[in-house]
Amino acid sequence: MIEVSIKKSYGSFTLDARFESGAGVTALYGVSGAGKTSIVDAIAGLNRPDAGRIVVGGTALYDSSRAIFQPPEHRGIGYVFQEDRLFPHLTVRRNLQYGSQRTSGHNNGPDFETVIGLLGVEHLLDRLPHRLSGGEKQRVAIGRAVLSRPRLLLMDEPLANLDSTRRYEILPFLEKMCRDLEVPIIYVSHAIDEITRFADTLVVLDRGKTLAVGAVSEITARLDLGPLVDRRDAGTVLDGQIAAHDTMYKLTTVSFQGGRLVIPAIDGTVGDRLRLRIQARDIAIATTLPDNISTLNCLGGTITQVSASRQAHQDIQIDVGVPILARVTRRSVVELGLEPGREITALIKSVAVERAAAP
Amino acid sequence: MLTPLEIEIITLSLRVAFWAVLFGLPLAIAAAWLLARTHFPGKALVDGALHLPLVVPPVIVGFTLLVLFGRQGAIGSILYDWFGFSFAFDWKGAALASGVMAFPLMVRAIRLSIEAIDQRIETAARTLGASHLRVFATITLPLALPGVLSGTVLAFARSLGEFGATITFVSNIPGETRTMPLAVFSLMQMPGPNDAILRLVLVSIAIALAALILSEALSRRISARIRGSVP
Repeated sequence: MIEVSIKKSYGSFTLDARFESGAGVTALYGVSGAGKTSIVDAIAGLNRPDAGRIVVGGTALYDSSRAIFQPPEHRGIGYVFQEDRLFPHLTVRRNLQYGSQRTSGHNNGPDFETVIGLLGVEHLLDRLPHRLSGGEKQRVAIGRAVLSRPRLLLMDEPLANLDSTRRYEILPFLEKMCRDLEVPIIYVSHAIDEITRFADTLVVLDRGKTLAVGAVSEITARLDLGPLVDRRDAGTVLDGQIAAHDTMYKLTTVSFQGGRLVIPAIDGTVGDRLRLRIQARDIAIATTLPDNISTLNCLGGTITQVSASRQAHQDIQIDVGVPILARVTRRSVVELGLEPGREITALIKSVAVERAAAP
Repeated sequence: MLTPLEIEIITLSLRVAFWAVLFGLPLAIAAAWLLARTHFPGKALVDGALHLPLVVPPVIVGFTLLVLFGRQGAIGSILYDWFGFSFAFDWKGAALASGVMAFPLMVRAIRLSIEAIDQRIETAARTLGASHLRVFATITLPLALPGVLSGTVLAFARSLGEFGATITFVSNIPGETRTMPLAVFSLMQMPGPNDAILRLVLVSIAIALAALILSEALSRRISARIRGSVP
């Protein structure tokens, strides 16, 4: 259990963050300058808020009302920074082992062999950091933080300084780690694909304030969260499981709370859980069910909200069992009379559905 | 070749410089760390005071040492009364004078190399559970090693060449405080040509040069190991 409620002013910028989250991965999302790094630094003890409290697993790490401020080395919190920050004079092995003597973490973390296997760094152990590629360095940095057996792992845009090839090289490792480790993780990012891949809970930040906290699928379907919905790639995350494979047409059927979706074939066996992401602009709306249409996914639902907009497009929240977002032109909204309460059909092109996370 | 007397002068000089650096080094590392990594009121004053031996005339340093550490001096009298220890007119006093004169050079070199260390790396070590002391011992000091090394060699060479403060503080006593520069000075007072001067001068230059070359080579090797390239 993580409880963060802190205030701090930096000149004209005021951080006033408040959220609670539990096990699994909590993503802190916001544009640059929203205060994400300040929050994780405060959790790690690298900066001191003006007021508030930070409680992790029942232990107060900071509490202004009780004058508690634990120094970083006593917090038992792992931190993966944007830059790898490896110790340049120590081999990969000694970097990885640097935090393993600490006593303030919890004691049943993963062991050395497990972590190096998970991160694929076995062959690098005797090298010095300058002999590693950017992606390898960041993998070692992640391993080093994990091996310190933290009670909580902070990751501040660990992929931000890598080019896209390296990012895609590390993403699977991160995903495995997030899934296999029992340590709660706070993951800072402004990349939607990373968040939807890993996160269970999403905290949306805007100019130092927490705008919303909740499950990823719930938060991504909201229309009132500017930082998320104003993006060109705004979209909804759906958690479901594989229901069937169609080997003839190479398609997979995924069942979720709102029904079934047919998508291009993916790996995995029936029953595997997975997460899908559908961008709002890939959903069309029909007021009557059309015939002779190539779209395989036609989900009946009710419009619950329509965003106010003077732009070319408007965003519409549709309840198909779960809320999803569709982005259509304002002209269509007017001509079809799309308004809350209206029963419609959401048309989702199969090929547009992205798998956000592995089963 | 060198006469036994000249060999005695050279070994005395080396011994004086060795002890000057040995005692100066831990203090210099501590001072360098304090100046590089901490903030405290009066820091500018401390910084200035540490650098004084570089800028005041050596004779003034020597005189100050005499006032403080002479047998009747403020500190010297206590050391003598309590421990029977005295700097006066022996090689230990020469080592103290050399050490004081060389101290700012050591502090400066070490401080610069500590300041060059990315503090974010030290921060990372703290998030891994390392105390300030452990961060210093395992991260800061090893990464500052090239600076520590060059500071040490510089101070060693400076100690070998110390003249003014030494002769003021502990005089010019053969076999006790007559180091190479003092011996050269004494020889110059004597009339006529003197080969011994030339030999001592050459030995001084050779030792200093060897020390500088050695330190440069070592510090390159260390830097290369750390950064993967020779700077």
